[in-house]
Amino acid sequence: MIGIVNYGAGNIFSLTSALSRLGLSYGMINTEHDFEQYSHIIIPGVGHAGAAMEKLNQTGLVDSIRQLKKPVLGICVGMQLLTEHSQEGDAQLMNIIPLETKLFDKDLGIKIPHMGWNNIEIKNNLLFEGVENQTQFYFVHSYFIEYNAIFEIATATYGLQYAAAIQKDNFYGVQFHPEKSGAAGEQLLLNFSNLKQ
Amino acid sequence: MLSKRIIPCLDVKDGRTVKGVNFVDLKDAGDPVELAWQYAQQGADELVFLDITATHERRKTMIEMVKSVARQLNIPFTIGGGITEIADAEALLNAGADKISINSAAVKNPQLIADLAKVFGVQFVVVAVDTKLVAGRNMVHLNGGRLITEIETAHWIKQAEDLGAGEILLTSMDHDGTKQGFDCKLLDSISKMINIPVIASGGAGKVEHFTEVFTTTGVDAALAASVFHFGEIPIPHLKNELKKYNIPVRL
Repeated sequence: MIGIVNYGAGNIFSLTSALSRLGLSYGMINTEHDFEQYSHIIIPGVGHAGAAMEKLNQTGLVDSIRQLKKPVLGICVGMQLLTEHSQEGDAQLMNIIPLETKLFDKDLGIKIPHMGWNNIEIKNNLLFEGVENQTQFYFVHSYFIEYNAIFEIATATYGLQYAAAIQKDNFYGVQFHPEKSGAAGEQLLLNFSNLKQ
Repeated sequence: MLSKRIIPCLDVKDGRTVKGVNFVDLKDAGDPVELAWQYAQQGADELVFLDITATHERRKTMIEMVKSVARQLNIPFTIGGGITEIADAEALLNAGADKISINSAAVKNPQLIADLAKVFGVQFVVVAVDTKLVAGRNMVHLNGGRLITEIETAHWIKQAEDLGAGEILLTSMDHDGTKQGFDCKLLDSISKMINIPVIASGGAGKVEHFTEVFTTTGVDAALAASVFHFGEIPIPHLKNELKKYNIPVRL
Protein backbone atom coordinates (compact mmCIF):
# COMPACT_ATOMS: atom_id res chain seq x y z
CA MET A 1 0.00 0.00 0.00
CA ILE A 2 1.27 3.44 -0.96
CA GLY A 3 1.61 6.22 1.58
CA ILE A 4 1.49 9.81 0.34
CA VAL A 5 3.37 12.35 2.42
CA ASN A 6 0.67 14.90 3.22
CA TYR A 7 2.40 18.23 3.76
CA GLY A 8 0.11 20.58 1.90
CA ALA A 9 2.27 21.37 -1.11
CA GLY A 10 -0.12 21.34 -4.01
CA ASN A 11 -3.03 19.30 -5.11
CA ILE A 12 -2.81 15.52 -5.02
CA PHE A 13 -6.21 14.70 -6.51
CA SER A 14 -4.71 13.80 -9.89
CA LEU A 15 -2.15 11.56 -8.24
CA THR A 16 -4.67 9.69 -6.10
CA SER A 17 -6.96 9.40 -9.13
CA ALA A 18 -4.15 7.80 -11.13
CA LEU A 19 -3.44 5.34 -8.31
CA SER A 20 -7.15 4.48 -8.11
CA ARG A 21 -7.33 3.86 -11.87
CA LEU A 22 -4.41 1.47 -11.48
CA GLY A 23 -6.14 -0.34 -8.62
CA LEU A 24 -3.40 0.69 -6.16
CA SER A 25 -4.54 1.44 -2.66
CA TYR A 26 -3.08 4.41 -0.83
CA GLY A 27 -3.34 6.48 2.30
CA MET A 28 -2.02 9.73 3.75
CA ILE A 29 1.01 10.13 5.96
CA ASN A 30 0.54 12.85 8.55
CA THR A 31 2.67 11.63 11.45
CA GLU A 32 5.86 9.56 11.71
CA HIS A 33 3.88 6.55 12.96
CA ASP A 34 1.91 6.51 9.71
CA PHE A 35 5.01 5.38 7.77
CA GLU A 36 4.70 1.89 9.31
CA GLN A 37 1.43 1.19 7.53
CA TYR A 38 2.82 1.62 4.03
CA SER A 39 5.23 -0.34 1.88
CA HIS A 40 5.92 2.45 -0.61
CA ILE A 41 6.08 6.21 -0.06
CA ILE A 42 5.32 9.04 -2.51
CA ILE A 43 6.37 12.64 -1.91
CA PRO A 44 4.27 14.82 -4.24
CA GLY A 45 4.77 18.52 -4.82
CA VAL A 46 4.15 21.44 -7.10
CA GLY A 47 5.03 25.11 -6.85
CA HIS A 48 7.93 26.68 -4.98
CA ALA A 49 10.64 24.32 -3.66
CA GLY A 50 11.65 26.64 -0.82
CA ALA A 51 8.06 27.03 0.32
CA ALA A 52 7.46 23.28 -0.03
CA MET A 53 10.50 22.52 2.13
CA GLU A 54 9.23 24.91 4.79
CA LYS A 55 5.91 23.10 4.86
CA LEU A 56 7.63 19.74 4.99
CA ASN A 57 9.81 20.92 7.88
CA GLN A 58 6.68 22.00 9.74
CA THR A 59 5.30 18.45 9.60
CA GLY A 60 8.34 17.17 11.49
CA LEU A 61 8.55 14.23 9.06
CA VAL A 62 11.92 15.01 7.49
CA ASP A 63 14.06 12.83 9.78
CA SER A 64 11.70 9.89 9.31
CA ILE A 65 11.82 10.30 5.54
CA ARG A 66 15.62 10.42 5.54
CA GLN A 67 15.75 7.13 7.47
CA LEU A 68 13.32 5.25 5.25
CA LYS A 69 14.46 1.96 3.77
CA LYS A 70 11.26 1.50 1.76
CA PRO A 71 10.98 2.63 -1.85
CA VAL A 72 10.35 6.39 -1.95
CA LEU A 73 9.27 8.33 -5.03
CA GLY A 74 9.50 12.11 -5.20
CA ILE A 75 7.45 13.71 -7.96
CA CYS A 76 8.37 17.11 -9.47
CA VAL A 77 9.05 19.42 -6.51
CA GLY A 78 8.86 16.26 -4.37
CA MET A 79 11.89 15.05 -6.32
CA GLN A 80 13.71 18.33 -5.87
CA LEU A 81 13.19 18.06 -2.09
CA LEU A 82 15.42 14.96 -2.15
CA THR A 83 18.36 17.09 -3.31
CA GLU A 84 20.74 19.15 -1.21
CA HIS A 85 19.81 22.68 -2.19
CA SER A 86 17.58 24.67 -4.54
CA GLN A 87 18.24 28.05 -6.07
CA GLU A 88 14.50 28.58 -5.69
CA GLY A 89 14.32 30.53 -2.45
CA ASP A 90 18.00 29.59 -1.77
CA ALA A 91 16.60 26.64 0.18
CA GLN A 92 18.40 23.86 2.02
CA LEU A 93 16.50 20.67 1.16
CA MET A 94 16.52 17.14 2.58
CA ASN A 95 19.96 16.35 1.15
CA ILE A 96 19.23 12.68 0.60
CA ILE A 97 20.84 12.88 -2.83
CA PRO A 98 23.79 15.32 -3.05
CA LEU A 99 22.61 17.33 -6.06
CA GLU A 100 21.75 20.95 -6.78
CA THR A 101 18.37 22.20 -8.07
CA LYS A 102 18.88 25.13 -10.42
CA LEU A 103 16.91 27.67 -12.41
CA PHE A 104 16.74 27.22 -16.16
CA ASP A 105 18.82 29.83 -17.96
CA LYS A 106 16.71 31.74 -20.48
CA ASP A 107 19.91 32.71 -22.27
CA LEU A 108 19.90 29.14 -23.59
CA GLY A 109 17.09 30.29 -25.88
CA ILE A 110 14.39 28.33 -24.08
CA LYS A 111 11.04 29.33 -22.70
CA ILE A 112 10.48 29.03 -18.98
CA PRO A 113 8.61 27.17 -17.51
CA HIS A 114 9.55 24.02 -19.39
CA MET A 115 5.97 22.98 -20.08
CA GLY A 116 4.78 20.03 -22.10
CA TRP A 117 5.80 16.63 -23.37
CA ASN A 118 9.50 15.88 -23.59
CA ASN A 119 11.23 12.66 -24.57
CA ILE A 120 13.67 11.11 -22.12
CA GLU A 121 16.77 8.96 -22.41
CA ILE A 122 16.22 6.02 -20.10
CA LYS A 123 18.88 3.97 -18.35
CA ASN A 124 18.16 0.38 -17.48
CA ASN A 125 16.13 0.69 -14.27
CA LEU A 126 13.19 -1.17 -12.75
CA LEU A 127 11.25 2.09 -12.45
CA PHE A 128 11.11 2.27 -16.25
CA GLU A 129 10.45 -1.42 -16.84
CA GLY A 130 8.33 -1.78 -19.98
CA VAL A 131 8.71 1.91 -20.89
CA GLU A 132 10.39 2.42 -24.24
CA ASN A 133 13.46 4.61 -24.46
CA GLN A 134 12.66 8.14 -25.75
CA THR A 135 9.08 7.94 -24.48
CA GLN A 136 7.60 11.38 -23.81
CA PHE A 137 6.48 12.45 -20.36
CA TYR A 138 4.67 15.58 -19.19
CA PHE A 139 6.88 18.20 -17.55
CA VAL A 140 5.99 21.51 -15.87
CA HIS A 141 8.87 23.21 -14.07
CA SER A 142 11.16 26.23 -14.04
CA TYR A 143 13.89 24.63 -11.93
CA PHE A 144 15.82 21.47 -12.79
CA ILE A 145 18.21 19.05 -11.12
CA GLU A 146 21.74 19.14 -12.51
CA TYR A 147 22.92 16.21 -14.57
CA ASN A 148 24.94 13.68 -12.59
CA ALA A 149 25.97 10.34 -14.05
CA ILE A 150 25.96 8.58 -10.68
CA PHE A 151 22.35 9.20 -9.71
CA GLU A 152 20.79 9.66 -13.12
CA ILE A 153 18.32 7.00 -14.27
CA ALA A 154 16.79 9.12 -17.05
CA THR A 155 17.81 12.38 -18.68
CA ALA A 156 15.92 15.04 -20.57
CA THR A 157 17.31 17.75 -22.79
CA TYR A 158 15.86 21.24 -22.71
CA GLY A 159 18.47 23.86 -23.41
CA LEU A 160 20.83 21.54 -21.60
CA GLN A 161 20.91 17.96 -20.39
CA TYR A 162 19.42 17.51 -16.93
CA ALA A 163 17.93 14.90 -14.60
CA ALA A 164 14.52 13.60 -15.66
CA ALA A 165 14.77 10.85 -13.03
CA ILE A 166 17.26 10.04 -10.29
CA GLN A 167 17.89 7.23 -7.84
CA LYS A 168 20.00 6.70 -4.76
CA ASP A 169 19.40 3.39 -2.98
CA ASN A 170 15.65 3.27 -2.17
CA PHE A 171 15.06 6.92 -3.07
CA TYR A 172 13.69 7.72 -6.53
CA GLY A 173 12.69 11.02 -8.05
CA VAL A 174 11.02 12.01 -11.31
CA GLN A 175 10.86 15.59 -12.56
CA PHE A 176 7.88 14.89 -14.82
CA HIS A 177 4.34 14.11 -13.68
CA PRO A 178 3.64 10.39 -14.16
CA GLU A 179 0.00 10.97 -13.16
CA LYS A 180 -0.34 13.26 -16.21
CA SER A 181 1.86 11.36 -18.65
CA GLY A 182 -0.63 9.04 -20.28
CA ALA A 183 -0.11 5.28 -20.35
CA ALA A 184 3.67 5.55 -19.85
CA GLY A 185 3.19 7.50 -16.63
CA GLU A 186 0.73 4.93 -15.34
CA GLN A 187 3.23 2.17 -16.14
CA LEU A 188 5.86 4.00 -14.11
CA LEU A 189 3.56 4.30 -11.08
CA LEU A 190 2.76 0.62 -11.38
CA ASN A 191 6.49 -0.20 -11.58
CA PHE A 192 7.13 1.86 -8.48
CA SER A 193 4.45 -0.02 -6.57
CA ASN A 194 6.15 -3.27 -7.56
CA LEU A 195 9.63 -2.28 -6.33
CA LYS A 196 10.88 -4.63 -3.64
CA GLN A 197 12.03 -3.24 -0.34
CA MET B 1 13.16 17.74 -27.25
CA LEU B 2 9.95 19.45 -26.25
CA SER B 3 6.99 18.51 -28.44
CA LYS B 4 4.56 20.98 -29.93
CA ARG B 5 1.22 20.47 -28.22
CA ILE B 6 -2.16 19.89 -29.85
CA ILE B 7 -4.98 21.11 -27.62
CA PRO B 8 -8.70 20.54 -28.29
CA CYS B 9 -10.89 23.13 -26.59
CA LEU B 10 -14.32 22.22 -25.22
CA ASP B 11 -17.07 24.63 -24.26
CA VAL B 12 -18.90 23.60 -21.12
CA LYS B 13 -22.29 24.79 -19.96
CA ASP B 14 -23.81 23.60 -16.69
CA GLY B 15 -21.29 20.79 -16.52
CA ARG B 16 -22.03 19.51 -20.04
CA THR B 17 -20.07 20.10 -23.22
CA VAL B 18 -21.86 22.08 -25.89
CA LYS B 19 -21.29 22.94 -29.56
CA GLY B 20 -22.47 19.89 -31.46
CA VAL B 21 -19.67 17.49 -30.95
CA ASN B 22 -19.87 14.80 -33.52
CA PHE B 23 -17.80 11.73 -32.84
CA VAL B 24 -18.38 8.23 -33.98
CA ASP B 25 -18.93 5.78 -31.12
CA LEU B 26 -19.71 8.47 -28.60
CA LYS B 27 -22.56 7.41 -26.35
CA ASP B 28 -23.19 10.87 -24.97
CA ALA B 29 -21.68 13.77 -26.88
CA GLY B 30 -22.39 16.12 -24.00
CA ASP B 31 -20.51 14.18 -21.36
CA PRO B 32 -17.21 15.99 -20.73
CA VAL B 33 -15.63 12.92 -19.16
CA GLU B 34 -16.32 10.66 -22.11
CA LEU B 35 -15.22 13.33 -24.56
CA ALA B 36 -12.04 14.08 -22.65
CA TRP B 37 -11.21 10.41 -22.52
CA GLN B 38 -11.77 10.07 -26.27
CA TYR B 39 -9.42 12.96 -26.96
CA ALA B 40 -6.76 11.54 -24.67
CA GLN B 41 -7.04 8.20 -26.49
CA GLN B 42 -6.60 9.98 -29.81
CA GLY B 43 -3.37 11.55 -28.64
CA ALA B 44 -4.40 15.05 -27.57
CA ASP B 45 -1.57 16.49 -25.49
CA GLU B 46 -3.73 18.58 -23.25
CA LEU B 47 -7.33 19.81 -23.02
CA VAL B 48 -8.92 23.15 -22.33
CA PHE B 49 -12.43 23.39 -20.88
CA LEU B 50 -14.08 26.74 -21.20
CA ASP B 51 -16.97 27.27 -18.80
CA ILE B 52 -19.61 29.40 -20.49
CA THR B 53 -22.26 28.91 -17.82
CA ALA B 54 -23.78 32.15 -16.65
CA THR B 55 -25.71 31.01 -13.58
CA HIS B 56 -24.74 31.48 -9.97
CA GLU B 57 -24.80 27.77 -9.39
CA ARG B 58 -22.06 27.36 -11.94
CA ARG B 59 -19.12 26.94 -9.62
CA LYS B 60 -20.50 23.90 -7.83
CA THR B 61 -21.46 22.18 -11.06
CA MET B 62 -18.13 22.99 -12.63
CA ILE B 63 -16.16 21.64 -9.67
CA GLU B 64 -18.02 18.35 -9.89
CA MET B 65 -17.25 18.15 -13.60
CA VAL B 66 -13.57 18.94 -13.03
CA LYS B 67 -13.36 16.18 -10.44
CA SER B 68 -14.96 13.65 -12.78
CA VAL B 69 -12.57 14.61 -15.56
CA ALA B 70 -9.52 14.45 -13.28
CA ARG B 71 -10.53 10.99 -12.07
CA GLN B 72 -10.48 9.61 -15.60
CA LEU B 73 -8.00 11.71 -17.56
CA ASN B 74 -4.27 10.93 -17.66
CA ILE B 75 -3.20 14.09 -19.50
CA PRO B 76 -3.18 17.68 -18.23
CA PHE B 77 -6.14 20.01 -18.56
CA THR B 78 -6.92 23.69 -18.10
CA ILE B 79 -10.16 25.28 -16.90
CA GLY B 80 -11.17 28.74 -18.04
CA GLY B 81 -14.20 30.97 -17.59
CA GLY B 82 -15.47 32.99 -14.68
CA ILE B 83 -12.37 32.81 -12.50
CA THR B 84 -12.11 36.15 -10.73
CA GLU B 85 -10.48 35.39 -7.39
CA ILE B 86 -8.03 33.12 -5.60
CA ALA B 87 -10.84 31.05 -4.07
CA ASP B 88 -12.18 30.12 -7.55
CA ALA B 89 -8.74 28.98 -8.63
CA GLU B 90 -8.10 27.06 -5.43
CA ALA B 91 -11.35 25.12 -5.73
CA LEU B 92 -10.44 24.15 -9.30
CA LEU B 93 -6.91 23.16 -8.31
CA ASN B 94 -8.20 20.97 -5.50
CA ALA B 95 -10.64 19.36 -7.93
CA GLY B 96 -7.71 18.30 -10.11
CA ALA B 97 -7.28 21.07 -12.71
CA ASP B 98 -3.66 21.46 -13.79
CA LYS B 99 -4.00 25.06 -14.90
CA ILE B 100 -6.56 27.81 -14.92
CA SER B 101 -7.07 30.34 -17.67
CA ILE B 102 -8.05 33.91 -16.88
CA ASN B 103 -9.06 36.54 -19.40
CA SER B 104 -11.31 39.54 -18.63
CA ALA B 105 -10.73 39.28 -14.88
CA ALA B 106 -7.01 39.74 -15.43
CA VAL B 107 -7.48 42.78 -17.67
CA LYS B 108 -9.78 44.37 -15.11
CA ASN B 109 -7.47 43.45 -12.23
CA PRO B 110 -3.91 42.69 -13.40
CA GLN B 111 -2.81 42.07 -9.81
CA LEU B 112 -4.85 38.84 -9.96
CA ILE B 113 -2.11 37.35 -12.16
CA ALA B 114 0.56 38.14 -9.59
CA ASP B 115 -1.58 36.87 -6.72
CA LEU B 116 -2.38 33.59 -8.46
CA ALA B 117 1.25 33.05 -9.45
CA LYS B 118 2.42 33.68 -5.92
CA VAL B 119 -0.05 31.26 -4.34
CA PHE B 120 -0.07 28.47 -6.94
CA GLY B 121 3.07 29.01 -9.03
CA VAL B 122 3.40 30.48 -12.51
CA GLN B 123 2.83 27.07 -14.12
CA PHE B 124 -0.80 27.21 -12.97
CA VAL B 125 -1.66 30.55 -14.54
CA VAL B 126 -2.63 30.79 -18.21
CA VAL B 127 -3.56 34.27 -19.38
CA ALA B 128 -5.97 34.11 -22.32
CA VAL B 129 -5.99 37.13 -24.60
CA ASP B 130 -8.56 37.88 -27.29
CA THR B 131 -7.21 40.25 -29.87
CA LYS B 132 -8.68 42.04 -32.86
CA LEU B 133 -7.31 44.54 -35.34
CA VAL B 134 -8.62 48.08 -34.87
CA ALA B 135 -7.28 50.63 -37.35
CA GLY B 136 -4.30 48.41 -38.05
CA ARG B 137 -3.42 47.81 -34.38
CA ASN B 138 -4.03 44.64 -32.38
CA MET B 139 -6.15 45.60 -29.39
CA VAL B 140 -7.28 43.49 -26.41
CA HIS B 141 -10.97 42.63 -26.52
CA LEU B 142 -13.15 41.30 -23.73
CA ASN B 143 -16.36 39.27 -23.50
CA GLY B 144 -15.48 37.01 -26.38
CA GLY B 145 -14.43 39.89 -28.61
CA ARG B 146 -17.53 42.03 -28.14
CA LEU B 147 -15.96 44.64 -25.91
CA ILE B 148 -12.97 46.62 -27.10
CA THR B 149 -10.41 47.98 -24.65
CA GLU B 150 -7.80 50.67 -25.10
CA ILE B 151 -5.00 48.24 -24.35
CA GLU B 152 -2.62 47.17 -27.06
CA THR B 153 -2.30 43.40 -27.24
CA ALA B 154 1.50 43.18 -27.27
CA HIS B 155 1.73 45.61 -24.37
CA TRP B 156 -0.76 43.63 -22.29
CA ILE B 157 0.92 40.30 -22.97
CA LYS B 158 4.29 41.69 -21.90
CA GLN B 159 2.70 43.01 -18.73
CA ALA B 160 1.02 39.65 -18.06
CA GLU B 161 4.38 37.90 -18.40
CA ASP B 162 6.02 40.34 -16.01
CA LEU B 163 3.22 39.83 -13.48
CA GLY B 164 3.69 36.06 -13.46
CA ALA B 165 1.68 34.45 -16.25
CA GLY B 166 3.06 30.99 -17.00
CA GLU B 167 1.59 30.76 -20.47
CA ILE B 168 -0.31 32.90 -22.98
CA LEU B 169 -3.34 31.62 -24.89
CA LEU B 170 -3.68 34.06 -27.77
CA THR B 171 -6.86 34.08 -29.85
CA SER B 172 -7.14 36.22 -32.94
CA MET B 173 -10.79 37.25 -33.23
CA ASP B 174 -10.15 38.21 -36.85
CA HIS B 175 -9.16 34.65 -37.65
CA ASP B 176 -11.40 32.77 -35.20
CA GLY B 177 -14.18 30.91 -36.97
CA THR B 178 -12.84 31.70 -40.46
CA LYS B 179 -11.00 28.38 -40.88
CA GLN B 180 -8.49 30.33 -42.98
CA GLY B 181 -5.48 29.70 -40.79
CA PHE B 182 -3.86 31.14 -37.66
CA ASP B 183 -2.60 34.72 -37.44
CA CYS B 184 1.00 33.62 -37.92
CA LYS B 185 2.48 37.09 -38.16
CA LEU B 186 1.07 38.19 -34.81
CA LEU B 187 1.80 34.86 -33.14
CA ASP B 188 5.41 34.95 -34.24
CA SER B 189 6.02 38.48 -33.02
CA ILE B 190 4.38 37.75 -29.65
CA SER B 191 6.20 34.47 -29.26
CA LYS B 192 9.55 36.17 -29.89
CA MET B 193 8.72 39.01 -27.53
CA ILE B 194 8.13 36.89 -24.42
CA ASN B 195 9.90 34.03 -22.70
CA ILE B 196 6.90 31.92 -21.66
CA PRO B 197 5.01 29.40 -23.84
CA VAL B 198 2.38 30.66 -26.29
CA ILE B 199 -0.71 28.73 -27.42
CA ALA B 200 -2.00 29.71 -30.86
CA SER B 201 -5.76 29.93 -31.22
CA GLY B 202 -8.24 31.05 -33.85
CA GLY B 203 -8.49 30.10 -37.50
CA ALA B 204 -7.60 26.41 -37.73
CA GLY B 205 -9.42 24.85 -40.69
CA LYS B 206 -7.10 22.24 -42.08
CA VAL B 207 -3.92 20.34 -41.35
CA GLU B 208 -1.79 22.82 -43.33
CA HIS B 209 -2.71 25.58 -40.90
CA PHE B 210 -1.11 23.68 -38.04
CA THR B 211 1.98 22.96 -40.13
CA GLU B 212 2.19 26.62 -41.03
CA VAL B 213 1.87 27.90 -37.47
CA PHE B 214 4.55 25.54 -36.18
CA THR B 215 7.02 26.10 -39.02
CA THR B 216 6.68 29.88 -39.34
CA THR B 217 6.20 30.95 -35.72
CA GLY B 218 7.73 30.13 -32.35
CA VAL B 219 4.46 29.04 -30.70
CA ASP B 220 4.51 26.02 -28.42
CA ALA B 221 0.99 24.73 -28.89
CA ALA B 222 -2.05 25.08 -31.12
CA LEU B 223 -5.61 25.05 -29.87
CA ALA B 224 -8.75 24.40 -31.89
CA ALA B 225 -12.34 23.40 -31.32
CA SER B 226 -14.60 22.60 -34.23
CA VAL B 227 -12.07 20.88 -36.51
CA PHE B 228 -11.52 18.35 -33.74
CA HIS B 229 -15.11 18.05 -32.50
CA PHE B 230 -16.50 17.26 -35.91
CA GLY B 231 -13.71 14.89 -36.73
CA GLU B 232 -12.62 17.05 -39.67
CA ILE B 233 -9.04 16.66 -38.53
CA PRO B 234 -8.39 13.43 -36.64
CA ILE B 235 -5.56 14.07 -34.16
CA PRO B 236 -3.44 11.01 -35.09
CA HIS B 237 -3.55 12.08 -38.75
CA LEU B 238 -2.64 15.66 -37.82
CA LYS B 239 0.34 14.57 -35.76
CA ASN B 240 1.63 12.25 -38.46
CA GLU B 241 1.46 15.10 -40.94
CA LEU B 242 3.30 17.44 -38.58
CA LYS B 243 5.99 14.84 -38.10
CA LYS B 244 6.62 14.79 -41.87
CA TYR B 245 7.68 18.42 -41.51
CA ASN B 246 10.05 17.50 -38.69
CA ILE B 247 7.82 19.24 -36.16
CA PRO B 248 8.36 17.49 -32.82
CA VAL B 249 5.12 15.81 -31.74
CA ARG B 250 4.08 13.10 -29.31
CA LEU B 251 2.78 10.11 -31.24
